[in-house]
Amino acid sequence: MRAFLKKEWMELCRTGRLLILTLIFILLGIMNPAIAKLTPWLMETMSESFAGTGLVITDITVDAMTSWTQFYKNIPIGIVIVILINGGIFTAEYQKGTLIPVVTKGLSRRKIVFAKALMAFGIWTFLYWLCFGITYGYNAFFWDNGIAGHLFLAAALTWLFGVWVIALLVLFSTIAQSVTQALLGTGGIVVGVYILSMFPKLGKFLPMKLMEGMALMQGIHDPGNYYACMTAAGAMVFLCMGLAVLFFDRKRL
Amino acid sequence: MGMLTLTHIAKKFGEKQVLRDVSFSVPEHTVFGFVGQNGAGKTTAMKLILGLLASDGGEIFVNGMPVRYGNTATNRFVGYLPDVPEFYPYMTPAEYLRFCGEISKMPANEIRLRSEELLRLVGLDKEKRRIKGFSRGMKQRLGVAQALFGRPKLLICDEPTSALDPAGRKELLDILVNAKEQTTVIFSTHILSDVEHICDEIAFLHDGRIVLEGPLEEVRAKKKTAATELELERTEDVPMLLNAFHCLKSTGQNSLRLEEAGRLPDILRFLADNRTPVLRIERQEASLEDLFMEVVGK
Repeated sequence: MRAFLKKEWMELCRTGRLLILTLIFILLGIMNPAIAKLTPWLMETMSESFAGTGLVITDITVDAMTSWTQFYKNIPIGIVIVILINGGIFTAEYQKGTLIPVVTKGLSRRKIVFAKALMAFGIWTFLYWLCFGITYGYNAFFWDNGIAGHLFLAAALTWLFGVWVIALLVLFSTIAQSVTQALLGTGGIVVGVYILSMFPKLGKFLPMKLMEGMALMQGIHDPGNYYACMTAAGAMVFLCMGLAVLFFDRKRL
Repeated sequence: MGMLTLTHIAKKFGEKQVLRDVSFSVPEHTVFGFVGQNGAGKTTAMKLILGLLASDGGEIFVNGMPVRYGNTATNRFVGYLPDVPEFYPYMTPAEYLRFCGEISKMPANEIRLRSEELLRLVGLDKEKRRIKGFSRGMKQRLGVAQALFGRPKLLICDEPTSALDPAGRKELLDILVNAKEQTTVIFSTHILSDVEHICDEIAFLHDGRIVLEGPLEEVRAKKKTAATELELERTEDVPMLLNAFHCLKSTGQNSLRLEEAGRLPDILRFLADNRTPVLRIERQEASLEDLFMEVVGK
């Protein structure tokens, strides 16, 4: 499996995928505190035009929470980009037939699935915590991160959500023949779960709740409120991996 | 039992029955030619052997072990050269071979030696570029190198020569013949001169069945007894001979053709008795082309 992981790593580096993703996540990380920092100034410049409409702008106080709010608003974009850029990790190989020499050399198929999944999880983990780290650093510099409760647990929830979506992508990649099919399948499930999560009774068990890290930081929720959805997401990740192995064993390459 | 055995293999794609009942066996250390028209099902049969497709009936054994669809353990014994080999474009040939060695768990030192040896063999040893810019012929060469890399017991080549220029083709055929000492080669083709050059055994696939199979010489002998051609020095001797032997046919000014080999001694005696000067007596082998045409019914 190490050899295949090495190959996946080489692919990430040499095709420029890693570079693009890293740049995007650095940008996202800087954007959060930057927007927070710029908000008072933006409001000030616009206050005159607001005054005409009768809106009065009082002094706006910006703190670390403003920046973290931006972080949680922007990270879904990051997830979408990761999924889009990694959408073809399996299907591009089916279409070119590059897995055939590998499989006919006797490398077991589940090692291919695990190596690809591991690389995708790894790259997401790296990018996510990079983005988080940058925002954290700026926030500590400008303001004080101390006002946010359960800062790291909240961040871990969103990270787990990303892992869950990637697991779905891996599963659908072993079923689908093309990138489009894999992305549609993944997107379909995420949207489906989103709709289901609107039912309050169901919502707390669904991975969608992992995206409500802000509520934890603001003290609206306790960590205990998230155990159910964390367990559900974790179980689904394992289920996806198991199914992906089964499907990939029967996959026509 | 041979290195590779297929028994009553059938395969259907939707409504199309590609293979009906394919059975043959490939003995060890032979070069086995798998001949058929385009679309006869050669690639399908090879993918079945590699466990890349599921068969609808019958069994395949490689080195005595049954082939299973999907994850087949038999692929440890096999080297495969696809008809259009595709590799990771961001690697160099040497890197690709190292990757091949690593996935088959070869020691690093052996990987290095084997890579150098094979890259030299296929003429890519000076190639430092990435595979991205390779021509089809170059990919074919790299394909040969990766297929031979793990010293497979069975080498499966799908139309290996069809993309190559005459020089490249000759080189590739030489490589396959030389590989015979260490491995068993099965290659599919519709180029019959390649078959005549290097094969020990052949099988003709037509209409989803093996219509003809065996050692090359036997297969040739099985069909059409070889004809004999006679060329006389003097034109005036021709009518005399034709009158004496009705089995002879005139095929040119001075030449005659004999289909019944059994009459040859009588004719030779006649020629000797009459002191008829002869330019040439030649036994003509039935060519594979003739055989092929006969088999496919054209």
